[in-house]
Amino acid sequence: MEYEIIVVGGGHAGCEASLASARKNHKTLLITGNIKNIADMPCNPSIGGPAKGIVVREIDALGGEMGRNADKAALQMKMLNTKKGPAVQALRFQADKITYPKEMLKTIQNTKNLTVQEGMVEHLIVEDKKIKGIKLLDGTQIYAKAVILTTGTYLKGTILVGENKTPGGPHGEKESKFLSDDLRELGFTIKRLKTGTPQRIDKNSIDYTKTKLEPGDSIPHTFSFDNKVYKDIEDQINCHLIYTTNETHEIIKKHLKESSMYGGYAEGVGPRYCPSIEDKVVRFSDKERHQLFLEPESLYYDDIYIQGFSTSMPNYVQDMMVHSLPGLENAKILKYAYAIEYDAIDSKQLYPSLETKIISGLYTAGQINGTSGYEEAAGQGLIAGINASLKLEGKEPLILKRNESYIGVLIDDLVTKGVKDPYRLLTSRAEYRLLLRHDNADLRLRDYGYQVGLINEEKYQQFTQKKEDIKKLLNTLKETRITPKKEVNEYIETLNTTPLKDGLSLYEFLKRPEIKINDLLHFIDIPYSDEVKEQIEINAKYEGYIKKANKEATKMLSLEEKQIPENIDYENIPNLASEARQKLAEIMPKTIGQASRISGVNPADISILMVYLRRMKKND
Amino acid sequence: MNDTIVAISTAMGVGAISIVRLSGKDAIELVNKSFKGKDLTRVSSHTINYGHITDKDEIIDEVLVSVMKSPKTFTTEDVVEINCHGGIFSTNKVLETMLNNGARLAEPGEFTKRAFLNGRIDLSQSEAVMDIIDSKSEEARKLALSQLNGSVSNMIKTFREKLKQLLSSIEVNIDYPEYYDIEVVTKEKIKEEITYMKKELESVIEESKNSNIIKEGIKTVIIGRPNVGKSSILNKLLAKNKAIVTDIAGTTRDIVEGEIYLDGVLLNIIDTAGIRETEDVVEKLGVEKSLSMIDDADLVIVVLNSNEQLTKEDKEILEKTKDKQRIVVLNKNDLEKKIDMSNYNIKNSIETNTNSLEGINSLKEKIKELFNLETLTSKDYTYLTNARQISLAKKSLESLLEAEEGIKNNLPIDMVEIDLKNCFDTLGEIIGETYSEEIIDNLFEKFCVGK
Repeated sequence: MEYEIIVVGGGHAGCEASLASARKNHKTLLITGNIKNIADMPCNPSIGGPAKGIVVREIDALGGEMGRNADKAALQMKMLNTKKGPAVQALRFQADKITYPKEMLKTIQNTKNLTVQEGMVEHLIVEDKKIKGIKLLDGTQIYAKAVILTTGTYLKGTILVGENKTPGGPHGEKESKFLSDDLRELGFTIKRLKTGTPQRIDKNSIDYTKTKLEPGDSIPHTFSFDNKVYKDIEDQINCHLIYTTNETHEIIKKHLKESSMYGGYAEGVGPRYCPSIEDKVVRFSDKERHQLFLEPESLYYDDIYIQGFSTSMPNYVQDMMVHSLPGLENAKILKYAYAIEYDAIDSKQLYPSLETKIISGLYTAGQINGTSGYEEAAGQGLIAGINASLKLEGKEPLILKRNESYIGVLIDDLVTKGVKDPYRLLTSRAEYRLLLRHDNADLRLRDYGYQVGLINEEKYQQFTQKKEDIKKLLNTLKETRITPKKEVNEYIETLNTTPLKDGLSLYEFLKRPEIKINDLLHFIDIPYSDEVKEQIEINAKYEGYIKKANKEATKMLSLEEKQIPENIDYENIPNLASEARQKLAEIMPKTIGQASRISGVNPADISILMVYLRRMKKND
Repeated sequence: MNDTIVAISTAMGVGAISIVRLSGKDAIELVNKSFKGKDLTRVSSHTINYGHITDKDEIIDEVLVSVMKSPKTFTTEDVVEINCHGGIFSTNKVLETMLNNGARLAEPGEFTKRAFLNGRIDLSQSEAVMDIIDSKSEEARKLALSQLNGSVSNMIKTFREKLKQLLSSIEVNIDYPEYYDIEVVTKEKIKEEITYMKKELESVIEESKNSNIIKEGIKTVIIGRPNVGKSSILNKLLAKNKAIVTDIAGTTRDIVEGEIYLDGVLLNIIDTAGIRETEDVVEKLGVEKSLSMIDDADLVIVVLNSNEQLTKEDKEILEKTKDKQRIVVLNKNDLEKKIDMSNYNIKNSIETNTNSLEGINSLKEKIKELFNLETLTSKDYTYLTNARQISLAKKSLESLLEAEEGIKNNLPIDMVEIDLKNCFDTLGEIIGETYSEEIIDNLFEKFCVGK
């Protein structure tokens, strides 16, 4: 059997990678342990959130699937941070855990060039540092020109509950026993990471009178720029908020030693941003309560996810813990919480294309690279799929920059800084988040999606039309002037803003914080979509800040343009601090910009490096 | 940094002792080759050893040799300091011997550079060391030393810590919008912090001007018409204070007439006498030159003859200097007072005559008062001491002001945060600390968030 590209693993990274590759007309195989688990959501029943929601928009802008699929599976829609500025607003959906995988599988099965097959991949076929294919547990060999590993938590996955350690993945699936050993032998550094998931309880066993209602928004939203709303806005499901009690904390403290983490049974490094409840109680002992959200998982079954309550306590302690929560006194536990440990590679061994530095044609994406989160995985999967295809086509890889996307920030962080604990995207990781907004993901990335062939002509036409409209409206507003005539000022005063003294353009007028773009309808017709209007409004209001961010980004880009030749020998550069020398040699940054972001490489080292490069050039 | 460097690390020509310093892995061995006394390769670290430096059995100098072994040294490398007693000639000879033994002559500032590159000192500290090397007076040396102790670093670190707390509080609100127990950072709170930091930063920048005075001295221009007594005042000033009259060739400005120390601060006195001679011939040129000197000066002493009425030139001088820090000296007060200053509001004016000392003393007192010299010199120095630091501090201040403006205009908090973050980063640049994960680390340390 032979394919062009093989994707190992059918999680969120694998789905995007295989779809991208197949849509780019490469004969693709998606190989997974269990077809039923394709696009499974083994942890929280939601897609999006701060930074993550913007990643989903970026995936959609580039021609990926997650946004559209989440729209189909929406149970509750919420725009977060609406009281803050436009840069940090982000969409989050509660997504149906049955519908989401079902719809994704449908899409995959209807995609040309894409074959799905069940099997456990245990070995890589490598010749002369080039990937040749994979070998299954049963000995079957499948050949390909590129392989993308999206193995999630399956590499030597181990489930931890209290002192019990059981090999396996989520849902009692089989783990991959040997693949990470193969990777180690090929020269990859293997790390042990850990994550966890809370209990699921029966929705019918909850006393909702003791909870606080958390409803969705009253206007519909979509992740996809297709703007197709599937969910009836009147028919959203509710989440509920509760808090831990003093009793909960006492139970946890009393049984602390029985948890996998505090009992010393776990070896993996867990995520800082996703601490277990025992971690929260221990580390923040002065906090009297911790909040928990009760989130429905699906319309098709009764499980409620207790967000904030993940633990690795033994089951009998979990019973006590859950029953100490208000409204959950009689809750029926359907699934106990568990922690899971798994192997990951050192992401510093990757190029920004997500191709490994060690094996040509081998790509990795998702948890294997040390990240956490569906959205982070999907973003990498898409990029790995695109770049594996581009490589087969003999083209340059698509490398998104830090000032154009969160996906770019994510990948640059991975390959430049590496991770110690599972990596989650945060808005604060982006230096130029004002440029990386929810609303402008298409303006930032759709051109790339079109260039790589994942955005079709029709969609691209719509997009260019939108750009055209933005330009036209901007011109109109800049050219239309209003003057302090009586009639004008009378209207302006109804808007609770100060009357005009001099004439000014509508664009200038729109800069006033209290003025909304629709207030201008009094003066002119604005025959454009809300999206177009939103762009104009944000640009007018935050122009100064956007300019500032662009200026900073330009500074960064100038460092990004300074290439470091691949044959550089850091041993030959006099005066580099030894830590910097070692880090630079390890990461082999492609540009001065990337080098400057490596921790342990200080500004003095960068100056020395730049002087050396200049001298090198002169000598050539 | 594989070689061993050597240099004479004291000023040439002055002082009874001069020090030849070596740094590098062969430092001890190189000195030992020419040292008669204990075997330096076997002495303990941080000891002072008596002996002689010899060249082919010929004694060059009687010396004390300090041996300091890596890593607890200034450069973190092996360091040897040879205290020579025999004046310029023998010190040079010691240096030459070390070069012959295989050391390389250090470039200016190379010891400091090594200390910096080896991570021994941070950027602002290394700048301070460069300042010590260049320091011109006792006060300047103190200032440079105090920075070496990290007082600038400490101050900046305090500011950054404050900002870090503020920023991570804002960030956590953004990245975890539904954590109802976490306090939401209000604009009032930010404003409060900004107001505090702004004040501190402003005063630091203001004080840094003083630091320039301490380092560079007070540029003082004496100006006045011919024959009003400028030169005699100058001479009195210099003589009465046992002035060091500098060797003109050694200074860059050949118009510097002399330097005196007032409370340890250097006063560079620039006389405009030279201009007087050319006045009649190319008056315009002369005026231009003296004007540019006024622009440049920290202090202008305008000398007028109180025995005469104000002339056109006097008025012109008063007009040109009105925005400068100035002292008006009404000379010749032993004669009849004919001058009428009632049209001028002169803040600092003294009367004197060259026959008495009082006038000169009160001039001196006036200068001290004007530049706050007494408090200046007894103060703890937390000044920014070079142009790079000052310009970065100003940039940080600008960011704070912009953040304040943003709050005033009721912009969303994440916009305001952009300016605060810029301020945080710029302050980091001053001390060479730019660790991008700082805020995120703090966020997870401080707040209990996550599913």
